Amino acid sequence: MAETLRVENLRTSFLTKWGEVTAVDDVSFSVDAGEILGIVGESGSGKTVTGFSILGLIDPPGRIKGGRILFQDEDLVGLPENRMREYRGKRIAMVFQDPMMTLNPVLRIDTQLIESVLAHDKVDRVTARQRARDALGQVGIPSPDERLASYPHQFSGGMRQRVAIAMALLHRPALIVADEPTTALDVTIQGQILFEVQKLCKESRTALIWISHDLSVVAGLADRVAVMYAGKLVEQGSVDDVLDRPMHPYTSGLIGSLPSNNIRGQPLRQIPGMTPSLLNLSAGCAFRTRCPRADAACLESPPVSVPASGREVRCAHPLVGGGS
Amino acid sequence: MIIYVARRLAQALLVVFAMTLIVFLGVNVIGSPVDILISPDCNQACYQASLKALGLDLPLHQQYLVFLKNAVTGDLGKSFAIGVPALPLIVERMPATLELALSAMFLAIVIGIPLGMWAGLKPDSVAGKTIMGGSILGFSLPTFWVGLMLIMVFAVYLGVLPSTGRGETVQVFGVRLSILTLDGLAHLILPAVNLALYKISLVIRLTRAGVRETITQDYVKFARARGLKARRVILVHVLKNIMIPVVTVVGLELGNVIAFSVVSETIFSWPGMGKLLIDSLRLLDRPVVVAYLMITVLMFVVINLIVDVLYTALDPRIRLQGAAI
Amino acid sequence: MTDIANPPAASVDETPFRRFVADFCESRVAIAGLVGFIAVLLVAVFAPLISPTDPYDLMQVDVLDSRQPPGAKRYTDGMVYWLGTDGQGRDMLSGIFYGLRTSLFVGAMSGFAAMLIGMTVGLLAAYFGGRTDTVIMRLVDLQLSFPTVLVALMLLAALGQGVGKIIIALIVVQWAYYARTIRGTALVERRKEYMEAARGLALGHPSLLFRHLLPNCLPPLIVVGTVQVAHAIALEATLSFLGLGLPPTEPSLGLLIANGFDYLLSGRYWISFYPGVALLITIVCINLVGDQVRDVLNPRLRR
Repeated sequence: MAETLRVENLRTSFLTKWGEVTAVDDVSFSVDAGEILGIVGESGSGKTVTGFSILGLIDPPGRIKGGRILFQDEDLVGLPENRMREYRGKRIAMVFQDPMMTLNPVLRIDTQLIESVLAHDKVDRVTARQRARDALGQVGIPSPDERLASYPHQFSGGMRQRVAIAMALLHRPALIVADEPTTALDVTIQGQILFEVQKLCKESRTALIWISHDLSVVAGLADRVAVMYAGKLVEQGSVDDVLDRPMHPYTSGLIGSLPSNNIRGQPLRQIPGMTPSLLNLSAGCAFRTRCPRADAACLESPPVSVPASGREVRCAHPLVGGGS
Repeated sequence: MIIYVARRLAQALLVVFAMTLIVFLGVNVIGSPVDILISPDCNQACYQASLKALGLDLPLHQQYLVFLKNAVTGDLGKSFAIGVPALPLIVERMPATLELALSAMFLAIVIGIPLGMWAGLKPDSVAGKTIMGGSILGFSLPTFWVGLMLIMVFAVYLGVLPSTGRGETVQVFGVRLSILTLDGLAHLILPAVNLALYKISLVIRLTRAGVRETITQDYVKFARARGLKARRVILVHVLKNIMIPVVTVVGLELGNVIAFSVVSETIFSWPGMGKLLIDSLRLLDRPVVVAYLMITVLMFVVINLIVDVLYTALDPRIRLQGAAI
Repeated sequence: MTDIANPPAASVDETPFRRFVADFCESRVAIAGLVGFIAVLLVAVFAPLISPTDPYDLMQVDVLDSRQPPGAKRYTDGMVYWLGTDGQGRDMLSGIFYGLRTSLFVGAMSGFAAMLIGMTVGLLAAYFGGRTDTVIMRLVDLQLSFPTVLVALMLLAALGQGVGKIIIALIVVQWAYYARTIRGTALVERRKEYMEAARGLALGHPSLLFRHLLPNCLPPLIVVGTVQVAHAIALEATLSFLGLGLPPTEPSLGLLIANGFDYLLSGRYWISFYPGVALLITIVCINLVGDQVRDVLNPRLRR
């Protein structure tokens, strides 16, 4: 399969008044055309920052400090803003988490769709409007002609997210980064959108990075999954491998705490302790304070091991047989 | 919408009526003007005659009814001091004040919004910090003192700009305007800048606060993620959102500018309503003071109505209330 | 995007006040403002002790010394007029010191009284709601729709001149700002759980109002307060300048500036210039402090 995106050793950090925070630390992964990669982690794990790094949307005081982001074999890191802009929305699109916030409340839908078309293609307004209309129809918005003249607040949350997805699809991008796009929606609408997004990606062979804190959503959607903890990628592999045979204790804990894997009437299983603050991370494995397998070896940063093809884990004592 | 406008109009009328009462009572507390106007050697009979001539011998509530009846027909009494009807006296001075106030507002917007946007987009740059420092200064400078300093620098030391009067004017639709002649414009600059200074600072701070809040919004980041040019993101997505508070405040401030033109007009001898008010207050010229207040009340009410309409026009969330699905 | 970093946990002995002081001191400009304000305050309080002359003592004033430029010497004993003299031969420096005293007194007194009145009225409106609230807020809205300078001008024209009268006028134009501010905050605070809990204890109205509700409504009030005091000082100066504020027997800074207006056109700038600078320094310092207090107390800007 053709590789669409390869991220190598990405490091993104933010300068705060309490010191430098490395939100993304030495992260590497790749996505092929038509493939769906799920990035899973709790809030603060750096998954959103990873997504913004790919689009070059890290604003000061944050910056990409190292690594490469190879999009179709071109390195996006350090690309000047005007070149980067040509990629955004055109070849790499993004869908945000909260559909209530992503559309400008004081501009009509057609204004926002048409400006997206005109940002990259020199076409007349009639054509641009036509394409905007078609895009709305494509994501399942009924009577798109009438809805074009509406303001965002006249749409429900699910409809707004469809509009945002329509904007992402306008230029048939090679890669879409979706940052928790269904988290804020009702479960039924979430299911519809997941299904449609999956279909659209497979049909147009678009690579998709689906960022989520919800392992069960990713399990049903993605081909491969990458798990992040405290800025580092701790484990990745195919969905089946990782879910059935997790090798990192954190992944194992995540799977174990899914409600469906718990026995009725028993207290929910949970990972003891709290997510560490990125500010005062000490050397070594960030998970060791919560890890049942931690020992002296965990005081040093564990290396990435490749136990099988397409499988990576960053742990000094990986669970060999897997299972939770 | 129609019901809303009708209710607003009724409210406005009520305010105007309440103000006639307050203004009338308030102004009547000001000492008796007869004491100033009559000659020192006037005897009791002459004093009573003066009272009668000015209608001041009637009981207060009757004076008010007479005042109200006349006010409806546009008669706000004659100036005690110069014996001409007060209303035309004020109306005649109005264009000068409006010209000054609107020029100041114009300056506040064309200077304040770009500077405020700059300070909001680059808060940590030298320029951004300088702009904010300047706006604190502009906030703190007392208008009247700045006026004096402007006169000192530009009229006395440099001698480049005139410091008093309106200069040459031209008639447009029967209204005399300074702004259309070079000489008039030169006369307008100092008072307008003086009056605008505080408002420039205000607009800068409003705009900056708005920009700082807006650029952190998801829709701005999303607009960038869609590949829009920075120019479009700032000039359309950010600007349109901050225009709502800015227009509201600027509109409401227009009344304040008209009121504060009292100070600038006094310093620069600008022949507007404000200078007339101060002169009349010193002479206890009651009808002129009342006429001034009634005119300004009317103006404020109208301005508030216009701001409301503009506000709804700018914010679709209010305009289309009830139409949401 | 909110998942960048959590601030380090607060140390155990941190009180809200200490935290406030620490946050306030983050801005060097704000500290400079505070220091400047304290200096101005000291000058105002000790004006009679530190002034070279007493500008109100006619024995010390000589017309021969009038309109002297800064640095000139008194012809009797060679005392230096550092900032020159005014039209009657009074030392400008002493005049400014005494003027500051008047201006700050008027500003502080009116601000304090307006805050007390506005606070009580606004708190009552929010606490009792219903008709009380409607009546009070209508009054506040009506008052606020008129520019302060006009209202104050009218009042002074009606009342006449004098320190007490200008304080009354300034209270009248300011109370509504406090009332509106505290009502807004109190409406939010009233619904919080600690108020529910206090009501559950069957405490009386006064205790609920002043022991529980009021302290939680203070931060925005302090912010409005600093702005208003600066505003009051500027307004008093403006009114005195227009000749409707303080009488010539108690010259505030505004009156000093007005006196210099006549001499300005002949190039004797110092009579208007230096009192204005003193006024400016006072207001800038208060505004700098106020700005930082607002940023520190604003939960939306909490970093």
